[in-house]
Amino acid sequence: MKYSDPYLSGVALGLVLLGAFVFAGRGLGASGAFAATATGTVAAVAPDYAASNPYFGRYLARPGGPWREWLLTEIIGVVIGGFVSAALAGRLRRSVERGRGVSPGSRLAIAFLGGTMMGVGATLARGCTSGQALTGGALLSVGSWTFMLAAFAAGYAVAPAVKRMWQ
Amino acid sequence: MSGLLLPLGIGIAFGFTLERAGLGNARKLTGQFLLTDLTVFKVMFSAIVTAMLGLFWLSRMGWIDLNAIAIPETYLRPQLAGGLVFGAGFALAGLCPGTSCVAAASGRGDGAAVVAGLFTGILASGLTIPLFIDFYDSDARGAWTLPSLLHLPYGTVVLGIAIVAIAGFIAAERIERRTAPRERGNGERMTRIRVAVAAMALLVAAVAAVARTPDAPNQSGGARKPAPTLYKPASGC
Repeated sequence: MKYSDPYLSGVALGLVLLGAFVFAGRGLGASGAFAATATGTVAAVAPDYAASNPYFGRYLARPGGPWREWLLTEIIGVVIGGFVSAALAGRLRRSVERGRGVSPGSRLAIAFLGGTMMGVGATLARGCTSGQALTGGALLSVGSWTFMLAAFAAGYAVAPAVKRMWQ
Repeated sequence: MSGLLLPLGIGIAFGFTLERAGLGNARKLTGQFLLTDLTVFKVMFSAIVTAMLGLFWLSRMGWIDLNAIAIPETYLRPQLAGGLVFGAGFALAGLCPGTSCVAAASGRGDGAAVVAGLFTGILASGLTIPLFIDFYDSDARGAWTLPSLLHLPYGTVVLGIAIVAIAGFIAAERIERRTAPRERGNGERMTRIRVAVAAMALLVAAVAAVARTPDAPNQSGGARKPAPTLYKPASGC
């Protein structure tokens, strides 16, 4: 099945975001769910250390604790929604998306490295493409627009290396 | 329990929409950086403009209170630096945090690798935060918005962003026609008509937004600076 029209999908995504604003009083996110999971994991292993760590400590101090974080429940929904959509469209398939230039192993390693860099970047920026670019973008936050422009600038700066991988 | 249903439902709709648009596929996202497939830009900016116009009009009609919505706070230099690191990682991975979850959910191993990398990166950042906590908390500007940065009314900024987005959509269609001419056919005319109609609708909505914006910052639309009592800081991402 072909993917949907990007503009129609974008309007649908905008309505989902608007629904989050209206009904939840907040926008969408993704990296916050990883932050909550990391906090919960560290707190389970070393509760005293987690509470004293300035990053994990702030997440722990929130009502309900890290496992009740709004974004964690939301991201579980994202996984379910993505799975259902792919299943309905006949797109569920075990695969590794890659260019001819790299082996599946290298592709996984580069994907992991890219993910790690995004984890560091999202920590510094207090959010990612969802929580900053989309959500903060629609709310006209200066920091969110700064993040978005910086992210695309850096993406285009490494594009020549990316091109070799995907040829 | 009922407190979990709302984020779960919103998440399901979010993941479903991303997958429909093809954003669970790293090849498609990578096309954004190689300029062969600008779906990321088109989806993102259609979404931003839709939500932005929706918020503007709902608050103008008095149906929602903008002060009840958490605006991500600005930490200018950390967010600039974070954006640079994030963007380089994004282009390498071919997926961002939200889309990596969709990619993993549809069976893609590279999606799962990005998910594992994200967890590792955030865990490592948290463990080493004492080394850069001063930078992390530096340059705090609170809930700072483009209208107050530019000293322009809310509606004018909304119109400006809508115009920039439409110009971007037109440019994106031109770039794609040059870089990936194969896939185009009779669908192209339909796409262009749809773009034109959507663009005009956006412009009309945005122009109306400006026309009805008096220079009164205390009206619901102008009150972008949150009242301390109502404002709750955005959490995490």
